[in-house]
Amino acid sequence: MWEANHTWLIYCLVILWSGFPRAFAAITTTLYLPLGLAALGIVLRGAGFAFRKAAFRTPEQRVYGLAFALSSVLTPFCFGAVAGGIASGRVPTRGAGDPVTAWLNPTSALGGVLAVAVCAYLAAAYLRVEAHRRSAPDLEHHFRTMALLAGLGTGAISIAGIFVLRYDAPHLWHQLSHRAVPLVVVAALCGAASVALVATGRITGLRLLAGAAVTVIVLGWGVAQYPYLLGTHLTVDEAAAPVPTLKVLVGVAVTAGVLILPSLVLLFRLAGRGRLGMSYDDVSH
Amino acid sequence: MGDTGQGLATLAQYLAATGEPHQLLPARQQMAFTLGFHIVLVPFGVALTTLMLIANYRGLRKGDDDALLLAQRWSKVAAVLFAVGAISGTVLSFELGILWPGLMGRYGAAFGFPFAIEGLFFFLEAIFVSLYIYGWNRMSPWAHFLTGVPVPLASLGGTAAVIAANSWMNKPGGVTVRDGQVVAVRPLGVFFNGAFWYEMLHMFLAAYIVAGFGVAGVYAVGLLRGRDTRYHRLGFLIGFVSAAVLVPAQFIVGDTIARYVFQSEPAKFAAIELLPATGRHVPETLGGILLDGRVRYGLRIPEVASVLAGFRPSTEIKGLEAVPPQARPSDAAVSTVHLAFDVMVGLSCVLLALGVWFAWLRWRRRPLARQRWFLRCSALSGPAALACLWSGWVVTEVGRQPWTVVGLLFTKDAVTRQGNIWPLFGAVVVIYAAVGAGALAVLHAMKRRWQAEGDTAVDVPYGPGTRAGHAERGRGAES
Repeated sequence: MWEANHTWLIYCLVILWSGFPRAFAAITTTLYLPLGLAALGIVLRGAGFAFRKAAFRTPEQRVYGLAFALSSVLTPFCFGAVAGGIASGRVPTRGAGDPVTAWLNPTSALGGVLAVAVCAYLAAAYLRVEAHRRSAPDLEHHFRTMALLAGLGTGAISIAGIFVLRYDAPHLWHQLSHRAVPLVVVAALCGAASVALVATGRITGLRLLAGAAVTVIVLGWGVAQYPYLLGTHLTVDEAAAPVPTLKVLVGVAVTAGVLILPSLVLLFRLAGRGRLGMSYDDVSH
Repeated sequence: MGDTGQGLATLAQYLAATGEPHQLLPARQQMAFTLGFHIVLVPFGVALTTLMLIANYRGLRKGDDDALLLAQRWSKVAAVLFAVGAISGTVLSFELGILWPGLMGRYGAAFGFPFAIEGLFFFLEAIFVSLYIYGWNRMSPWAHFLTGVPVPLASLGGTAAVIAANSWMNKPGGVTVRDGQVVAVRPLGVFFNGAFWYEMLHMFLAAYIVAGFGVAGVYAVGLLRGRDTRYHRLGFLIGFVSAAVLVPAQFIVGDTIARYVFQSEPAKFAAIELLPATGRHVPETLGGILLDGRVRYGLRIPEVASVLAGFRPSTEIKGLEAVPPQARPSDAAVSTVHLAFDVMVGLSCVLLALGVWFAWLRWRRRPLARQRWFLRCSALSGPAALACLWSGWVVTEVGRQPWTVVGLLFTKDAVTRQGNIWPLFGAVVVIYAAVGAGALAVLHAMKRRWQAEGDTAVDVPYGPGTRAGHAERGRGAES
């Protein structure tokens, strides 16, 4: 279901360009380099994954696997760098900001590295649980080590990030350490608790806590930036499209929830039923 | 990104000197290339999945194992092409921002939201394609059939949303613009703009014609290679008949659209008819190009253009001179539009004749496998139909130039002014070539496996009970 991944991404772009067209144009004319690289990475990733599955020979599978792995690092880094450029106020309202420093700067480096680390941690934590479900002790052990390393690494990067933001994005740092501080604390606690679960070899609630840590920190970023969309020069209200467009977007989102969630549940149940023979049906959710 | 060489730099300088932003050429080329790639996949999402359901229905209704096998294999082909479409669709959404910030920044509030609706349909399609593929052998046959029904419907909805955005650029409605900014949006007016239904119906029929002839061509090759099995004949018939019966309908729709364009998009119509000066008793020019503002070469049939446009030889058709100079398309653009229109109509006539030939063969009850020339022509009908699709798309897109949004936004104001597009374009071409080659390789490997494993090894739909008694099928699948 990696198409769901693509759809989600397209969706984010669509919401941005329909709901906040001015901000979208400002971002694309400034950060076209990392966005272009991310797009290339996404294509390679999708193609690598799809064709790897459909390829029958091992050397072919290896090539596709390599493309998949490399692009899986490139893409989150670029998106993290884009987020860093926006968060540190390097995207001017009229667009056409510096194409180099807008994404090659301390905050973007932090964003990029953090994005890769977070993805690695989430992947390892999820696979750790999945390996347990499928009763694969060696894989379980492997992903436990990986999750531990990635989790501790993510924590270290986050702590280093405090200093980076303080010097490079003082406004964001100020808001994060004042208004958004409850969310930052909750995210830190969730992250620490999930790493503790990995360390003690438990899986109950692991995926939930790891996912919550990431979600809450993204929320924290939003709270810290509010009411601004770009730096301290373009507010969300100023950038927003006329109300009818926003209503359509909300309507589409609601319809998506009503139509798509049940069908996704059906799909996962069906996919799960297909694997009944593979000895993990005795593990309850 | 670095320089890509002296030649390109010189070209860029030349273009800058002519007053066009130097990104315009690579941006338009890249958009044309990626859209041209993506549009090939649309017929398979909309129409191949319908053919798949037709075969599935027939298989269940009449206990036809060949039909079920066709349905199952088509569902797998559709899934591979769907994955490719997801990739190229993602690139397109990035390109809209990176290449055309002037369009998205100013008109995103109107032009942009149909893509949100498209995303919804695309998501549904992705889910139900997966359900259908997973569902073979795992659900009751009719429940499984029902999981396939939303696939072409969602695909159709997605196509409608993209067509809404495209037709809005031809006939922008539902917006109030002040100082180059959208200040009010009426979503229904945007979506169901003046050109929506024409473009939608035209594309819908085109999708079925391309997919139908494409599928028929695959089995025509199989029949030509001596695989005269019921499986091949059925695969050919389902594809060919679906496409051939829609060709006459497409002629009627196309003719109606041409008259609509005559009335509401006179500049595009003048380009289609290769008409520099306004006049009555306008001849229809077949072939030919516009050079220094004058029509060169080509065959002229007196009065016909006027008669087709208004049913009377005295019908006045506006020429390119009626277009204000700053909005007048270049000679090259006009020639491109005109030739693309000729290719579209010409090949459609050939496809119509092919359908008539088929009807005659059926009427005379001639066995299909012996009609080698008919089969050879049918094998080429898929590419011909695709060429029609591309040509029609060129007519509508190039025919809009120099506008991106007619009357509101010139293409030169929509294009980005940052960076250098050529390296990005180069990378996109390389990656698309790889993705296209990869998709073909995967399809080829599927075909070989189906041919080699045949009846006993291929996972036959709905379990072992349906397998018996079709030994001849083992020899071949698609060719």
